[in-house]
Amino acid sequence: MNKKTLFIGTAFMLVLAFAAAVTLFQNQQPTKNTALTTQQMSALERGNAPIKGPRYAKVTIVEFFDPACKTCANFHSYMNDLVKKYPGKVKVLMRYAPLHQGSDQVVKLLEAAHLQGQFWPALELLFANQNAWTSNHVSQPDQAQSILAQLPLKPEQFIADFNSKDVENAVTKDIKDGQTLNVRATPEFFVNGKPMPSFGYEQLNQLVEQAIAEVY
Amino acid sequence: MKQETVSNTIQPGWLLLFMAWLIATTGTLTSLFFSQIVELPVCLLCWYQRIGMYPLVLMLPLALFPYDPKVVRYAGALVIFGWLTALFHVLLIAGFIPQAAQPCVQDIPCSQTHLNLFGFMNMPMMSLLTFTVIGLLLYFSNIQTTRNHHE
Repeated sequence: MNKKTLFIGTAFMLVLAFAAAVTLFQNQQPTKNTALTTQQMSALERGNAPIKGPRYAKVTIVEFFDPACKTCANFHSYMNDLVKKYPGKVKVLMRYAPLHQGSDQVVKLLEAAHLQGQFWPALELLFANQNAWTSNHVSQPDQAQSILAQLPLKPEQFIADFNSKDVENAVTKDIKDGQTLNVRATPEFFVNGKPMPSFGYEQLNQLVEQAIAEVY
Repeated sequence: MKQETVSNTIQPGWLLLFMAWLIATTGTLTSLFFSQIVELPVCLLCWYQRIGMYPLVLMLPLALFPYDPKVVRYAGALVIFGWLTALFHVLLIAGFIPQAAQPCVQDIPCSQTHLNLFGFMNMPMMSLLTFTVIGLLLYFSNIQTTRNHHE
């Protein structure tokens, strides 16, 4: 075999192998853009989860989030804008995915605030002061709690709710549903049951526009 | 006629250089597969390593036809640059370099349990290994030819 034949043959084989790998991969990813399984669909929503936007909105963005996650904080104002951009058509339903150490206690604080109608102010406070109550990706629930003290919450009720079975059940259900839906990172979005094909602001916006075109 | 036979015979030095090209190209295609097809995010350090790897795909064939053992001078600079970046990346992930020195890329989810981290855990290691093998092949290709010249 001469040099040129060897070189051109190998180059050809490499390109062929690459094309084969691409085809194989794309054929094995049919679930990427299609709907979730029935079991997963039923894990998307929790009846009394916090919602932004009108309940009657036909496009529901389910967001799994961790209050300690920086990307979630970055996405927060974008989510508010999305609800405003399509008035009456889009709502955001929040589910807890406490992946960071210590966050399981912080989301219980949020749920307790939710029971007094203060979920959104509480979340904004926590996101705005994220550096004050997280260090090295570990949540400090005590510090988070002292930040929330500036909200108009009934303190005894707040503590009682924080320790209640209801709040614990809500958080446990969110974690369990997150596992059912393979939520391994936050924020994770589902728009009318469809996950993002890839991560990013624009991808989320496209998914929302698609869903609006389908139902309105 | 005789000249052509000589230039078409595969010498050991040429073969080593050819293998270096083969590995660089395989590495390039693999990295493109993960970023463009699987759509794993590419971090800053990965980009620096790509700078060291991708040019080899086009540069080494120029040294194969006709065979030019001096290519180690030009390709070597890229390989050393890529190798050092890969080493830094591996040490960073192993925790030997403080986190403050870590370039943080926007839009990569910050959760530690993300699937992409699995990619990052292995990719720099693969990169370091690839640069090491390419470097050795280039070196031995050069040695091989120099020795033959002395004989």
